[in-house]
Amino acid sequence: MSSPALAFQQLTKSYGATGAVRGVSLEIPAGQFVALVGASGSGKSTLLKMVNRLVEPTEGRVMFEGEDVADLPLAALRRRIGYVFQSIGLFPHMTVGENIAIGPRLAGEKLGEGRIAELLDLVELDRSMAGRMPDALSGGQRQRVGVARALAAEPHLLLMDEPFGALDPVTRDALGERVRGLHEEFGLTTVMVTHDMAEALLLADRVLVMDAGCIVADEKPEALVAGAGGEVAQALVAVPRHQAERLKELGQ
Amino acid sequence: MNGLWTALMGLGDQLAAHVLLSAAAIALGIAVALPLAVWASRSDKVARASLAFASLVQTIPSLALLALFFPILLSLRSVFGEGLPTLGFLPALLALSLYALLPILRNAVTAQANLDPGVMEAAEGVGMSFRQRLLLVEAPLAAPYIMAGIRTAAVWTIGAATLATTIGQKSLGDPIFAGLQTQNWVLVLAGCIASAGLALVADTLLGLIERGFRERRRGSWLGGLAAVALGVGAALFAQFGAGEDEDRIVIGAKGFSEQYILARLIGQRLEAAGFAVEYRDGLGSAVAHSAAASGEVDVYVDYTGTIWANQMKREDKLPRGEMYDAIEEWETENTGLVLLGRLGFENAYGLATTQERANMTGLQSIEDVARVAPQLTIGGDPEFFERPEWIAVRDAYGLRFGEKRNFSPTFMYNALRSGEAQVIGAYTSDGRIEADNLTILADPKGAFPNYDAVILLSPEAGRNSAVVEALQPLVGAIDVAAMREANYSVDREEDKLSFDEAARRLAERAGL
Repeated sequence: MSSPALAFQQLTKSYGATGAVRGVSLEIPAGQFVALVGASGSGKSTLLKMVNRLVEPTEGRVMFEGEDVADLPLAALRRRIGYVFQSIGLFPHMTVGENIAIGPRLAGEKLGEGRIAELLDLVELDRSMAGRMPDALSGGQRQRVGVARALAAEPHLLLMDEPFGALDPVTRDALGERVRGLHEEFGLTTVMVTHDMAEALLLADRVLVMDAGCIVADEKPEALVAGAGGEVAQALVAVPRHQAERLKELGQ
Repeated sequence: MNGLWTALMGLGDQLAAHVLLSAAAIALGIAVALPLAVWASRSDKVARASLAFASLVQTIPSLALLALFFPILLSLRSVFGEGLPTLGFLPALLALSLYALLPILRNAVTAQANLDPGVMEAAEGVGMSFRQRLLLVEAPLAAPYIMAGIRTAAVWTIGAATLATTIGQKSLGDPIFAGLQTQNWVLVLAGCIASAGLALVADTLLGLIERGFRERRRGSWLGGLAAVALGVGAALFAQFGAGEDEDRIVIGAKGFSEQYILARLIGQRLEAAGFAVEYRDGLGSAVAHSAAASGEVDVYVDYTGTIWANQMKREDKLPRGEMYDAIEEWETENTGLVLLGRLGFENAYGLATTQERANMTGLQSIEDVARVAPQLTIGGDPEFFERPEWIAVRDAYGLRFGEKRNFSPTFMYNALRSGEAQVIGAYTSDGRIEADNLTILADPKGAFPNYDAVILLSPEAGRNSAVVEALQPLVGAIDVAAMREANYSVDREEDKLSFDEAARRLAERAGL
């Protein structure tokens, strides 16, 4: 049996006496789209960042395709993992094309214009964007570049930390769909941190709910909607459900 | 206007030296500040300590900072050997670099602290190593801010470099200090215009580079950089292109007219004897003596009373001849300096007042002054009230003046005329004594020691028979009247002579 794409083993991160993540153990098989949901301060971002070691765990370990990430050279590990996050973080002094090509460039490879154009196609941006500077782009366009940059090195694993949090709802919806499409197309394993339960339910195969550093629910979206997962998870599901009901009432 | 133009055109050598000194100081400042800033961005402690140190340096007056490097380097000779220069380029470079440090360091640290955290997280997230993050992200993003700091540093350094003149480094301060000494305002103005012009040009070029970085326009910063390199290159060629003269004789002069003239007189004789010469003008009194002892300066004129009190720390009084012999013996034992001989006149300190006041109030001697001193203001040059001679005279007569004020020597005489001071610590060979109708107050207790002008040679120059031969005729050749006339010819307000011209006429009058 092949090893899971990602495995957390008793993963713990404490800042002084407070535990941000407390003894999390679980496995994520290759090809799964996992949403990690929770309130602010629940530890979901910290858990995600321990995968590419932006945060080092206090105890426990993260296995990536069967290897302990602590044993992998830092730069090499990060180049194997696509990473998209809320503040986007495009390099303002590089063109869109240079931003997309940065990962391979660090590894000593030059990304051709054709490949950059392909990546722009994938995130539904015009190919002429390659020569623009990031400050000439809208927020949604920038995050599309962020996704293209994350995919440039052909990673197996895509980590997203509140990727659509700063975008307007229409852009957010469209980009969510596109990322889900790319996930299928390239057979990625994806972990997305979000505080929006509706987004999680609609995009993911599996929803993990975090509260105070622990995973309190681990369910398929259908099961959550059907009432599984316990109190904290149901409180989060109640928000979009209530909104949907009110919208329905308004329409009648 | 013509005079100003001529003065400006004559500053090529000083301009080149000024450019090189400033450029070297800024380059050294950058070389220290940038690695320090990188370190500071990784450690709060380093950031706080280095910024505190750089700010502390800024609070030291630049003139004092320059002067401080003389004793520091002198003491470092025990580590680096006797070859370590203590005057001129090296101390000026070190002091100015320290000065340039703060703006560069502060801007670099601030720029790094203000980098967008999202961008920094992305740099880590895409897998950049420490080096890659520094070179690909931090450096290009911080570059415009660092450049702004370098710009500020350049303007400060070019201004402060004029003070390098006082520690024997050629710079655009030369005409400023020489002009200030002799009230030759054209010379002062020329020095100021040249140094301000240089600062403006540097600011413009560095501004071009800064804008190039900010707007990511390659042509702009490359062009600016090329222009700066061209300027420094031209200065280098002007200074060293002609080839350095190995056995050039360095002539020192303290910061007053008589010293400038005597230095030229010595220089002209040495040039006539086939030597290449170089002047180190405007040296402080203590600096000049140590500089000769250390071989930085080969020859200069000092005064017996000064050596007696300042170097030998003696307070007793000996007859003239015995005093000379004692000094000669002391120098041989302690410094190796060679006393070539007396020039033939004395430039003593003396208390002076206007003849008008002397006649009106019956002030004829220091004893008379002592009785009314509390109602009077005394003016002195910046070192006068610290000197042992003043302390000796003060204690001998129990002098207690109402107020003591420091003036540069030139302004001191003006202060006496305008009534800002009623008595001044004057120099007896000063041409202005006769020209301004001043009276030197009698010193019946003989509290002021002798101040025979003597030629001092560095140990090395003292062994050079050709140098000794060229300067021997100066011994006993200059009487006080000749010296006063020469001094007055450069100090007077109208029809001033240049130091060179005054030295030539002095030689003529002395029959040399």
